Amino acid sequence: MAPDAPAGTEAEAEAEPEAPPPPTLHGVPLSESRGQDVAHPDRSQYFELIRTLKDEGFVMCVDLCGVDHLLKPNRPLPDGVTAERFEVVVNLLSLAERRRVRVRVQVPEGDARVPSIYQFHPGTEAMERETYDMFGILFDGHPDLSRILMPDDWEGHPLRKDYGIGRIPVQFKHPGGDR
Amino acid sequence: MTQTVETHVPVPAVDSSVGPVSLTGGVEALRDPAAVLRIPHLPEDVDEVPLRNPDGDDTMIINMGPQHPSTHGVLRVMMELKGETVLRSKPVIGYLHTGMEKTGEDLTYLQGPTNTTRMDYVSPMFNELVFSLATEKLLDLEVPERATWIRMLMCELNRMSSQVLWLATNGMDLGAVSMMIYGFRERESILAFFEKTTGLRMNHNYIRPGGVAVDLPAGWRDDVLRICDVFPGRLDEYETLLTGQPIWQERTQGVGIITADECVALGVTGPILRSTGVEWDLRRDAPYLFYDKVDFNVVVGTYGDTFDRYAIRLNEIRESINIVRQIVDKMPPGDYRAQDKKVTPPPRGRIDESMEALIHHFKIFTEGFKVPEGEVYVAIESPRGELGCYMVSDGSSKPYRMHIRGPSFVNLQALAHMIRGGLLADAVAIISTVDPIMGEVDR
Repeated sequence: MAPDAPAGTEAEAEAEPEAPPPPTLHGVPLSESRGQDVAHPDRSQYFELIRTLKDEGFVMCVDLCGVDHLLKPNRPLPDGVTAERFEVVVNLLSLAERRRVRVRVQVPEGDARVPSIYQFHPGTEAMERETYDMFGILFDGHPDLSRILMPDDWEGHPLRKDYGIGRIPVQFKHPGGDR
Repeated sequence: MTQTVETHVPVPAVDSSVGPVSLTGGVEALRDPAAVLRIPHLPEDVDEVPLRNPDGDDTMIINMGPQHPSTHGVLRVMMELKGETVLRSKPVIGYLHTGMEKTGEDLTYLQGPTNTTRMDYVSPMFNELVFSLATEKLLDLEVPERATWIRMLMCELNRMSSQVLWLATNGMDLGAVSMMIYGFRERESILAFFEKTTGLRMNHNYIRPGGVAVDLPAGWRDDVLRICDVFPGRLDEYETLLTGQPIWQERTQGVGIITADECVALGVTGPILRSTGVEWDLRRDAPYLFYDKVDFNVVVGTYGDTFDRYAIRLNEIRESINIVRQIVDKMPPGDYRAQDKKVTPPPRGRIDESMEALIHHFKIFTEGFKVPEGEVYVAIESPRGELGCYMVSDGSSKPYRMHIRGPSFVNLQALAHMIRGGLLADAVAIISTVDPIMGEVDR
């Protein structure tokens, strides 16, 4: 995909994450959140990372969702990761090793698109549609990227932070006549 | 159906610690990715979709649902039929979407379970549990032992009521209407206990961050043991009613077959995955609560058909009874919620005599407690599969983002692959066997 994306073979060599230099997973910054492994690829590394992890045994993609960090631009991220407005969060599971790894991709607001991982994990079809529906993030290569929860003609993406919560305007009675 | 399977006996309970190793995923794992019906987007000026294929062959696209008694709520399934055979299909969802994830961002952590409990309304305890576990993991809060055991007790009872409700509705879908009455009767005995404990039959808001809402009522042990005593005999009756019955076997065996590879590729978990022979149960493979302190079997199937999923759910009730009995034996005395003044409200009696207790009470219920910044994913085994909660906190008293990974939402994708090539009448059995709870699918 990208020039700096590591090929599968050389990535195997530096797979071990524990080291005094910043931990990495297949050349991607790795952090830990409450004891859970989180990888932070950029968009060009994302596709290859999912492929490599799948070959490594993370065969099931249990969850894929989006997060809108509009109100939280200064969140902690490992060095070398630029915070963007959106994040796509993928939870992978290795049944054999009983391990989980989470992949967080930063997605800029101006160009909100990431490659679809449908061809590795067909189960992400509905999840990517949901993320598109709720956040407006486009998934390149998805077979049927359409709204899934909201009506087809809905405008806006409800889980974005700048999308207001619906309120029913308070209707007062007629101000009253003679009194 | 062309596929036939020999008559098989109820699925044996298998307990082995060897996980599956050689499963592959990806689109290649699907027998036929084209099983999903994709209607090409029509040009703007076309007003109506032609019912018949203009190419002249005799396939027809029909909609089943969203108002259909066997779609378990407001599920709509678009199906392309040739005669009575389903060629392609596609579940269409969203009719029950109420924006619960958005709502969750506007509720404090203490109010959160009232929201999540309404997602999977057949097994509300699990939704409350996964939300509470995620919050507690962010807080790094230790829950007292008794609270954890109470949570396990309620969850296993809820699993029994959920599976027995599935037996009931599945029986109704396949024409065994008496099963529906029996199933609902059994479920009611558990809901009566829930009502006694939590005050509500459903949507309990019982499991909360920090523990549970109230302690178990006096006499709970007798109530629970009575349920445990009644259930096994009733389950044997259902076996007599359904398992060996030729019509039931004809309707379920060899219907809706799915393979382990397909399940893994589609992210399908729970009884559907286990029906293909994959031993995967988060209670055993990633123990949470005290599931590592009780003995139970993981029930797996062989053929991955509707009958296997029926047998798994039936036998999981037996395993749950077994777990409940162990919990009753092991229930320790102690607190039912954590004694952290910033998280759990003070006892009612303290409020009258202590100014600090009054302040804490006021603070907790108006402002809520603050949760440190971070993000966490917690998964538990609900009756339908992996129920996950991805929670992002920004340090305030409300979740910044609360995403629930509903097992029904993901499992529903297997529907098109299971229906493909089957008969329309079998589609009813297969929809039922996925056990989708639309509140959780649409959230």
